[in-house]
Amino acid sequence: MTRIDGRKFDELREIEAKVGILKNANGSAYFRLGDSIAIAGVFGPRTVHPKHEEKAETAILRTDYRMSPFATVTRNRPGPGRREREISLVTREALTPVLFLEEYPKTAIDVHIEILQASASTRCVGINAASLALADAGIPMRDLVASCSAGIVNKEIVLDIAGKEDTEGEVDLPIAYYPRHKKITLLQMDGIATKKQVKEIIKLAVKGALEIYEVQKQALRKKYEEVK
Amino acid sequence: MISIDKDLIKNIVSNGKRLDNREFDQYRDIIIETNVIPQAEGSARVKIGDTEVIAGVKLDLGEPFPDSGDEGMLMVGAEFVPLASEEFEAGPPSESSIELARVVDRAIRESKCIDMKKLCIKEGEKVWCVFVDIDVIDHDGNLIDASALASVAALMNTKMLKLEKDGENYKVNYEEKTDEPLPLLKKPVNTTFVKIGNAILADPTVQEEDTMDARLTVGTFEEDGEIKLCSMQKGGSEGFTIDEIEKIIDLAEIKGKEIREKL
Repeated sequence: MTRIDGRKFDELREIEAKVGILKNANGSAYFRLGDSIAIAGVFGPRTVHPKHEEKAETAILRTDYRMSPFATVTRNRPGPGRREREISLVTREALTPVLFLEEYPKTAIDVHIEILQASASTRCVGINAASLALADAGIPMRDLVASCSAGIVNKEIVLDIAGKEDTEGEVDLPIAYYPRHKKITLLQMDGIATKKQVKEIIKLAVKGALEIYEVQKQALRKKYEEVK
Repeated sequence: MISIDKDLIKNIVSNGKRLDNREFDQYRDIIIETNVIPQAEGSARVKIGDTEVIAGVKLDLGEPFPDSGDEGMLMVGAEFVPLASEEFEAGPPSESSIELARVVDRAIRESKCIDMKKLCIKEGEKVWCVFVDIDVIDHDGNLIDASALASVAALMNTKMLKLEKDGENYKVNYEEKTDEPLPLLKKPVNTTFVKIGNAILADPTVQEEDTMDARLTVGTFEEDGEIKLCSMQKGGSEGFTIDEIEKIIDLAEIKGKEIREKL
């Protein structure tokens, strides 16, 4: 028994990760999971504009998830809609736990995520790129955040739902995870499942996130090997 | 909230208590009133402790989405009315009000609460659109559960409008409600829990939300005598361990059942 694209139930799509891909951003990364592609750029810690958003005791983290009009099968209307704003919010909450925001009062760290091609799990791909871009910017972090989804397709519990499976999928459950504290920092779900299934799906998604985490670490190391 | 309050809440919780003397898994009193806005097609007011929200349902005709031409449409909106809290400001919808509306939408949509196929009038051309709008009137925490409850109660109390055919065209008579209820199949309920230190608390107050490390909302409904999950949303700037999430899912099953009985 295999899936539409021939993968095993617990197999991720092909992963590609690179850091330092942009000149202007303080840190940047490219992350691809199958046909879903994200790039992320980080600016900061820097002065806060507008001023009234500044916080005396901590840095603020601002995340901005957006999707290119050409990223989807039918053209996607540009600009952030309600979906994009919700994803920006959960992305910020997924990344906040690993940052030391209190060490940089009165500053802003801006994370921009651009989805260049969408084939499911774009929020996960965006978080993976953002986490790498933050590390690439040299911003101190407790750990990298790795994100991945699992769910149910044709009654089977599967890892990393791909574009084609997404529309037929019964359940989609994205998570973000940081292994050092074994904490889940993003968790969403839609679709119908029993309690037992949900618990199993979460464990499978964590397993997938751990595989992504290894690829992220390699991508960071690679940049410095090249410097040598 | 000033930080001394947060320390106070953390301290009380770490000693196994809550400021309002509730048990950790205990909800505040829930009051549901329906048909509070007679001019809406359906409506409900829900109070959970001092939190108060009103949900109203309006119906209209529309063109279906191309990929679901034989199904009606659902739109959920939420408004944080500035009179509800000193934290709320007038203006375009905030991030949290968008999240609130989307989390409520997800529970209703994913549980297949509304029989969307029955809302199709002419395939690919005309379907009923169901607009659920939530007004937050008074904010003392746990807006997600109150809003979901009010929305489902309002849907349950919705009466279809009269449809008139004028030649080939369909027209709605907005003045006239029929006795026909909106076709519903399920009763989804959202249950929200927050983590403060090592404790998991159900139905957080606004002070507990300001103090929380993280939040998890679980949508549940009953199908063939079994409780199933239909949606989840984690919030807050800290994470959960797998064990904590499993504990919350177990609690959501029990609490969701309790709340569903009130509908």
